[in-house]
Amino acid sequence: MSVIEARGLRKSFGATIALNDVNLRVDEGRILGLIGPNGAGKSTALNAILGLTEYQGELRVLGRDPWMERDQLMRDICFISDVAVLPRWIRVSQALDYVAGVHPRFDRSKAEGFLAKTDIHRASRVRELSKGMVAQLHLALVMAIDARLLVLDEPTLGLDILYRKQFYDSLLNDYFDRTRTILLTTHQVEDVQYVLTDLMFINRGRIVLDCSMEEFESRYVELTVNPAQLATARALKPIRERQALGRSVLLFDHVERQQLAALGDVRTPSISDLFVALLGDKAGTAQGVTQ
Amino acid sequence: MNTPLNAVPEPSNSQAVAPAVSETRPFYWSVRREVWENRSIYIALLAASAVYLIGYTISVFWVPRGMHGMGADESTPLIVQLAMPYAHAQMLLALTAFLVGIFYSLDALHGERRDRSILFWKSLPVSDLTTVLAKASIPLVVLPLLVFVIALALQIVMQLEGAAFRVLSGASTTAPWGPPFFEMQLVFLYSLVVMALWHAPLYMWMLLVSGWPRRATFLWAVFPPLALAVIEYIAFHTTYLATMLHSRLLGFDALAFDLVDKNGVPIDPHFIPLAQLAPARFLSSPGLWLGLLFAALCLAGAVKLRRYQGPI
Repeated sequence: MSVIEARGLRKSFGATIALNDVNLRVDEGRILGLIGPNGAGKSTALNAILGLTEYQGELRVLGRDPWMERDQLMRDICFISDVAVLPRWIRVSQALDYVAGVHPRFDRSKAEGFLAKTDIHRASRVRELSKGMVAQLHLALVMAIDARLLVLDEPTLGLDILYRKQFYDSLLNDYFDRTRTILLTTHQVEDVQYVLTDLMFINRGRIVLDCSMEEFESRYVELTVNPAQLATARALKPIRERQALGRSVLLFDHVERQQLAALGDVRTPSISDLFVALLGDKAGTAQGVTQ
Repeated sequence: MNTPLNAVPEPSNSQAVAPAVSETRPFYWSVRREVWENRSIYIALLAASAVYLIGYTISVFWVPRGMHGMGADESTPLIVQLAMPYAHAQMLLALTAFLVGIFYSLDALHGERRDRSILFWKSLPVSDLTTVLAKASIPLVVLPLLVFVIALALQIVMQLEGAAFRVLSGASTTAPWGPPFFEMQLVFLYSLVVMALWHAPLYMWMLLVSGWPRRATFLWAVFPPLALAVIEYIAFHTTYLATMLHSRLLGFDALAFDLVDKNGVPIDPHFIPLAQLAPARFLSSPGLWLGLLFAALCLAGAVKLRRYQGPI
């Protein structure tokens, strides 16, 4: 069952094309990472999915048109746009009261339970909390909503590594149950490598990579090549070559791991390695680099 | 394309069918949110009441002339003299509420864009219409109600102080010492309803303006009508627009009240008897309905703007 389905999704701001004929399908129970450089169209895509912006083309989210049915859709979707959108004046208790008041799927006791594990006081105002605590509060509010789709747009921006780890641990352990779907964007791709089930790269409004993490792991291999084997390795047409500690590191797509193992040390690349390979040096031409 | 790793169970019933929620519940909580966020809504009224009460208390206990009306002279009828302190309290609170309502409306859609919290509010199942109606209800309903309740409490305290002074000073208990209290409250309630309806286009214009500029909402709200009035005067040597704006601010009293009695004697605005109310004339005046139509158009525009606008 698809939770999000887009065909020919387009959005432009004046002469700038933010989304260019995007097709995508996200099935239920997936955790999809939408990764792209600044200005790639990530936030525009999320805004379209959340009914926050108009678009051309066909888009259905949980079977609804998000632009026309945003408020009904929000009963089944939660989103965190970034860590700084909770109103600074609101008290923790007021935030709980308000969400409990307007959201039919909010379980207040669940949110209280999440907050009990933190140092957040009910009487505190958001402006009195640290950035990490605000993220914890927002996540507690969102996780207590029995939603079918959770959209996270840079949810851990500016947080230290401890809070980031805690954030994704909570998400996986306390929220995700394989009937829910999570769509997230982040620049801190190392944090989510082992969280995602699917990966999507977007650049200049186009999807340039769309694969499951299983496919990612079987398809891409990074080889730290023995100096004597460098010419042989290069003949296998790596998609990127870089130097690390005086040795050449080559990234391959669709080359047998066993074949590469004979030429040096192999490992699964990080998402950021692949991101740089596909979008880094030649971001302008990377649009054609798909699976 | 993304396919599930494992078989995905069917959504539970709780997910398939959203629990029913009353249509008024999001509206009620949206109004509460406004009051939480804009504490000036009640703090300004309470502060104005406190200031007035301090002044009144000094006037009663240290300057006894204050008991009989501030600024009244010998020719002023006794009932007006007695009503004056109460009328002034009512006027002060109504004026405070008007100013709070104007500044609240100017920030209503701007504040949530400025602090980016619009992304939080929009993440919840509350429609733009509900949100904007809740914001509109603050100057049109919440503030008038608060003014009435706070003014009533203030006037009761004033009455008690007046009574205490009379007992302490040994003044005659048979002479009249207060205005017709209940009648004054009824007339004040009527005045608040009249002012809310008459000023609705001003508030809704401000609400609409709060939804579009990135900054300086006050200038955007005030400058264009003033500029048009100046252009009209320079170009045509007429003052229709200026007159209209003036009437929109203060023109309600001549419509909603008979300001002369049946003998042709002007009514003192400090005490307007119930008999002088003219609700039928007010409700049948084209100015009221044209204003309400303009207010409705501004409200519709504000709903539309909120739908399209994001953080600044």
